[in-house]
Amino acid sequence: MWKWLHPYANPEVSYHFTNKLLPWLSALAALFLGIGLVWALLFAPADYQQGHSFRIFYVHVPAASLSMGIYFAMAIAAFSSLVWQLKLADASAAAMAPVGAAFTAIALITGAAWGKPMWGTWWIWDARLTSELILLFLYLGVIALHNAFEDKNLAGKAAGILTLVGVINIPIIKYSVDWWNTLHQGSTVSKLGKPSMSLDMLWPFIICFIGFSLLVGVIICLRFRNEILARNSIRPWVRELVQQNTVK
Amino acid sequence: MNTLPKKTSTSLLSGVKLTCIREERLLFDELSLQIHAGDIVQVEGPNGSGKTSLLRILSGLSQPYDGQVHYQGQSISRCREEYQQNLLYFGHLSGVKGEMTAEENLNFNLALHGNNTEDSLAYLAKVNLLGFEDSLASHLSAGQHRRIALARLYQSSAPIWILDEPFTAIDKQGVASLEKLFIEHANRGGCVILTTHQDLISIKPEQVKKIVLDYSS
Amino acid sequence: MTLEAQSVQSTENLPAQTNNPIPSSQPLSYRRAFMLVLKRDLTIAMRHKDDIINPLLFFVIVITLFPLGIGPEAQTLSRIAPGIIWVAALLATLLSLDRLFKSDHHDGSLEQMLLSPHPIFLLVLAKIFAHWLITGLPLILIAPLLAVLLHLDENSYGALVFTLLLGTPVLSLLGAVGVALTVGIKKGGVLLSLLVLPLYIPVLIFATSAIDTAALGLPYSGQLAIIAALFFGSLSLAPFAVGAALKVSTN
Repeated sequence: MWKWLHPYANPEVSYHFTNKLLPWLSALAALFLGIGLVWALLFAPADYQQGHSFRIFYVHVPAASLSMGIYFAMAIAAFSSLVWQLKLADASAAAMAPVGAAFTAIALITGAAWGKPMWGTWWIWDARLTSELILLFLYLGVIALHNAFEDKNLAGKAAGILTLVGVINIPIIKYSVDWWNTLHQGSTVSKLGKPSMSLDMLWPFIICFIGFSLLVGVIICLRFRNEILARNSIRPWVRELVQQNTVK
Repeated sequence: MNTLPKKTSTSLLSGVKLTCIREERLLFDELSLQIHAGDIVQVEGPNGSGKTSLLRILSGLSQPYDGQVHYQGQSISRCREEYQQNLLYFGHLSGVKGEMTAEENLNFNLALHGNNTEDSLAYLAKVNLLGFEDSLASHLSAGQHRRIALARLYQSSAPIWILDEPFTAIDKQGVASLEKLFIEHANRGGCVILTTHQDLISIKPEQVKKIVLDYSS
Repeated sequence: MTLEAQSVQSTENLPAQTNNPIPSSQPLSYRRAFMLVLKRDLTIAMRHKDDIINPLLFFVIVITLFPLGIGPEAQTLSRIAPGIIWVAALLATLLSLDRLFKSDHHDGSLEQMLLSPHPIFLLVLAKIFAHWLITGLPLILIAPLLAVLLHLDENSYGALVFTLLLGTPVLSLLGAVGVALTVGIKKGGVLLSLLVLPLYIPVLIFATSAIDTAALGLPYSGQLAIIAALFFGSLSLAPFAVGAALKVSTN
């Protein structure tokens, strides 16, 4: 596996690899999102209780689970950067953090917007929303710490340590918030209380979910590419690349 | 117990293809160097050329962007505790606490590095601080702070001395006695790596190896 | 008293070999290295008492502000007392965290500690323990008095002291990670709170719930056990994170 991975540890190789990957990824993301969103928002049946406001579910749930997923991906990148000194892992973690924060914010906003028709108020201290809010704080902490260092290399390491501390804490925070919630509210209103989704709803949901994941992949690839260039700005191949592009 | 290595082909300390990048500026690229027992090495270069960065990398405080530092042929990240047992680093900051007396400061520094604290008064005398041993360091001057920190050199068991501007704020007489100490240390089989903007007086030029940093891009 | 005995011992046990060309040295045992740093930090704190008193005053003043802002009704106050005391304790700890590594970083003694031939986690642990003795312990001692001002339920005093006893070390340990990460940054203070406060949430939740449960006369050992687990978890992991973070910060 190391032999296979090794060439991608070279920034130049992974830059060109990302370049080749991007068009395919973008096309797939556009395809899935296009089909999924049109199906979900226009053709899928409305919920018998919640009506059309239920449709926000097709955005909210993918955003919420992706926000968690990106944090774990960041933690894996941070771990490999700290243990194996992979500089590119730092770059990928740096590329992921703002995307993760954005999706957390989307999950929070859509959650609040969904809450308004359901509970009649924009915000309730629901366990999921509270965990999501704390996750947003963790993301913002990582981003702020990253920005506070002048040296990108050090910034990556510091943010990596914080990410790992955070990822150990996330399950604890989640557990404690769930526990706190049941303690103070008796029973929570569960959004996913239905035993099974009908297939009419499940299919567009799955397609939307894949579409959003691909979208995340595209954005991260774009940011990753920039991070590589920024971190290797003194390397000859980057200078050549810049010259080529300016000549065009 | 440390039996110091004799002058053999394996160097005491070596840097292998060290590259240092600070705030997107390349300070040095693929710098390799070998330091043997008995060497006095002076790192030279204009301000901002990476002298301090090099010394910090050699001491293990900073990690190079690329490359490795070896202690007796072994990467220092693999033998951190053994290396630090044999290293004395003296940086821009003297590491003296204002809330403690001169003697307490010296004793802590000695004990932390596993040295004997019995004769600390004698070492304070050697750096002309006798009579100040019970004054709080916050009442002493910057030069005196540096001398408290340098007093450790007289009791140091470490063969490798890395000294960043050791002569700053030290008077002429102090500089002379420090230079004498460096020569003694080198003759005992230690090595001294230092930066200074002053000319060395009693250390003859042929005794000093020089590393010049002036990588400009 | 143990500290004095320690210092005498440390000079006795070191072999005196002044006649050697290069005096040899032996690294201290783990216990002695720990005590050396602990004693140093306590000495410094004792000569710089502001660092002990100011966070404590802050704690007292914040708690006095709440009745003024909310109103003096005993019932309301006793209902929110656990939360107020714990949030104030979090903030007081946060305020005191700065002194953990900042001055050592400024004057270069942190570098020297990192370069000493001891495992970093050990020195870090000694510093955190000293910090807790200086800031956490006084907080615990004064908290019951403040609880009186807030009309805390009589059954809850034990729970308050126990949760603080187990919880404040967690605050010091987790906070140390944050300080270690921000110690090299010029305006690290505000950033520190952003990094550390979210990590404090589980302690806050379980501690206040334990106090609430105690007020109802129910057993609160479950919550205490969880806080204890948090304590041991952070005790075993935080020093390593702090060590790694300090290496980055002094880089």
